Amino acid sequence: MHEMSLAEGMLAIVEDTARKNGATRVASVCLELGALAHVETEALRFCFDAVARGGPAAGARLDVVTTPGLAWCMPCGDRVPLARLGDACPVCGSYQLTVVAGEEMRVKEIEIA
Amino acid sequence: MCTTCGCGHGEAKVEGVPVPAADAPGAGWHRHDDGSLHADHDHDAHHGHDPAHEHKHKHEHGLGAAAGPRGAHAPGISATRAVQIEEDILAQNNVYAARNRRLFADRGVFALNLVSSPGSGKTTLLVKSIEALRGRVAVAVIEGDQQTSLDADRIRGTGAPAVQINTGKGCHLDAHMVGHALEQVQPADGSLLLIENVGNLVCPAAFDLGEAHKVVILSVTEGEDKPLKYPDMFHAADLLLVNKVDLLPYVTFDVGRAIEYARRVRPGLEVMLVSATSGEGFPAWTAWLEAGVRAARAARDHDIGALRERVLQLEARIAAQPAGAPVR
Repeated sequence: MHEMSLAEGMLAIVEDTARKNGATRVASVCLELGALAHVETEALRFCFDAVARGGPAAGARLDVVTTPGLAWCMPCGDRVPLARLGDACPVCGSYQLTVVAGEEMRVKEIEIA
Repeated sequence: MCTTCGCGHGEAKVEGVPVPAADAPGAGWHRHDDGSLHADHDHDAHHGHDPAHEHKHKHEHGLGAAAGPRGAHAPGISATRAVQIEEDILAQNNVYAARNRRLFADRGVFALNLVSSPGSGKTTLLVKSIEALRGRVAVAVIEGDQQTSLDADRIRGTGAPAVQINTGKGCHLDAHMVGHALEQVQPADGSLLLIENVGNLVCPAAFDLGEAHKVVILSVTEGEDKPLKYPDMFHAADLLLVNKVDLLPYVTFDVGRAIEYARRVRPGLEVMLVSATSGEGFPAWTAWLEAGVRAARAARDHDIGALRERVLQLEARIAAQPAGAPVR
């Protein structure tokens, strides 16, 4: 499962930021995960918990904000909500869609002490 | 979930030699005030950087100002404060991917990331492609598997150079591993580099290796509904190769439906039907590969031309300066 690699990436960002801001402890991490992102949220929680052990982010609370999936629908000429890759346009039923939002996996902010 | 899954955690090997752990921040890469990540040594990545800025190794930059302290500050209890980051989780991988991509651009190398389920026929397809391009295009291969060098050995049997990455417990190749493999395989100028990813239709989708395109391979002995069941991978690809078409008379695979499903998750996806055993579809496939190599070479030549012009401009400016004056 690749969530371990993602968790390591998250940890590097979090610990780097904490260190640069002179903090010794990270209380919480706010993540922005798009509804269409290639990640299983619970697996990511598990992995982050595992890799953060023994470091400044050990035990940090993980807050996940899910951003909605959005796609540009060619026939509609407008942005439409997209719940899952492979779904049709909820308005006109076409598959001519270009994803414009919802694939993000971002560390939004952290709380440090 | 397996508690010992050490995916990508220092177990990866290139030709049997452990890959050093991905550089920790401050060791191999650093972040600038605008939040952008740069690998150390990558001076050319500093576009729009103040030219007077001194660049030392491992220098620290502060991030944007933190928000004020959160909540009431009670004596004896340390208040926490929020620090905005807004950084892509895959930022570190993307730095390595950008480095690989720059290497490919500098050498005019056309690099492809081949992804599929295990058993789709990727390696056989590679062997046949190398043979079909012999004498026309130089090919090098980076192989990815959990264990063994069986695939790299098969490739080397064709005479093409190949480097094996063993991920150990890992389920996908990442740009850092590929960067190390590139040190050994050293693709020639104007050549084709084929990266055969770990057989896995899920995880590799998220990881940019620096390639020009992801090519997804689906064989007719698999289900035609795979593009709907594994949308992330088909969504990430620019070309779908439907392989083993010589077996179509013996299976119930509906080619039209597979393509329709694939284009639902990736509108405009280019599709080719091939058979690595019969050679069907190979003229179109090799033509596509050769066109990619030509484009990579042309882009490199264009870059060289642009650089040459810039050097001439700067030389003219230097020549126009009065002796002893600093160059502006």
